[in-house]
Amino acid sequence: MAQRARPLSPFMHYRWQYTNTLSILHRITGVVLSLGFLLLVYWLGSAAYGPECYASALAVLGSVPAQFVLFGAAFAFCYHLLNGIRHLVFDLGHGFELRTARRSGWAVAIGAVVLGLVVWLAVRAGMGGGA
Amino acid sequence: MSLKSPLRRVTYLGSAKGGSGHWFAQRVSAVALVLLGLWLVFALATMGGATHANVVAWLSSPVAASFAVLLVLVAAWHAMLGLQVVIEDYVGGKGQRLAVLLVVKFVFAVAAVIGVLSVLRIAFGVPA
Repeated sequence: MAQRARPLSPFMHYRWQYTNTLSILHRITGVVLSLGFLLLVYWLGSAAYGPECYASALAVLGSVPAQFVLFGAAFAFCYHLLNGIRHLVFDLGHGFELRTARRSGWAVAIGAVVLGLVVWLAVRAGMGGGA
Repeated sequence: MSLKSPLRRVTYLGSAKGGSGHWFAQRVSAVALVLLGLWLVFALATMGGATHANVVAWLSSPVAASFAVLLVLVAAWHAMLGLQVVIEDYVGGKGQRLAVLLVVKFVFAVAAVIGVLSVLRIAFGVPA
């Protein structure tokens, strides 16, 4: 007799919904921003040590892998910011209607891409093309 | 009718302690970070070049230094709370979970202190 299939965890067989994606993206961007926070402290710390240390830190932060992380962090910042505000509105008891929730979800996704690009370009300009 | 006080009757019958504290702290720090995060982006975008002199000039202002200290503290706090939830959800095994939680909390505590002291050192005059 073949063994009966064992039950799976709920997340293994829920059908996909936009809410899953928005939710997991909030977590992923949160983890990315946590790493970005460590880079921010590294940058501030190097400045506190003096110009030589700061120059070497800038070289590290300007390297391709670090720039890649910072580029991602710009979008993560904007997504986490916008979706975080969306969740604060949820916490106040508003925006739960399916139509409204779907619309605000799309607004967050599109807004994050647009705002992320703006933030990245603005900060890059402000830092003079460096970090 | 019981002669026990209401407190005596509910003590040890469930949480009613800090259950909502974590949740609430996450939201309060989130609201603060909306403002502090946007402030940081604005400050970086208007720095006019990431030179050491510009960073020192920026944090020499008491208001900017205060905001930077607040940003470091609140961001570290918010990250600790958020990462804790993620770890509790995905890391199995009591010992393993505790170990990962401790390492992450320690890393962010150390980062927060380094961040605050760095800002203060610059604010009070970094050796050139």
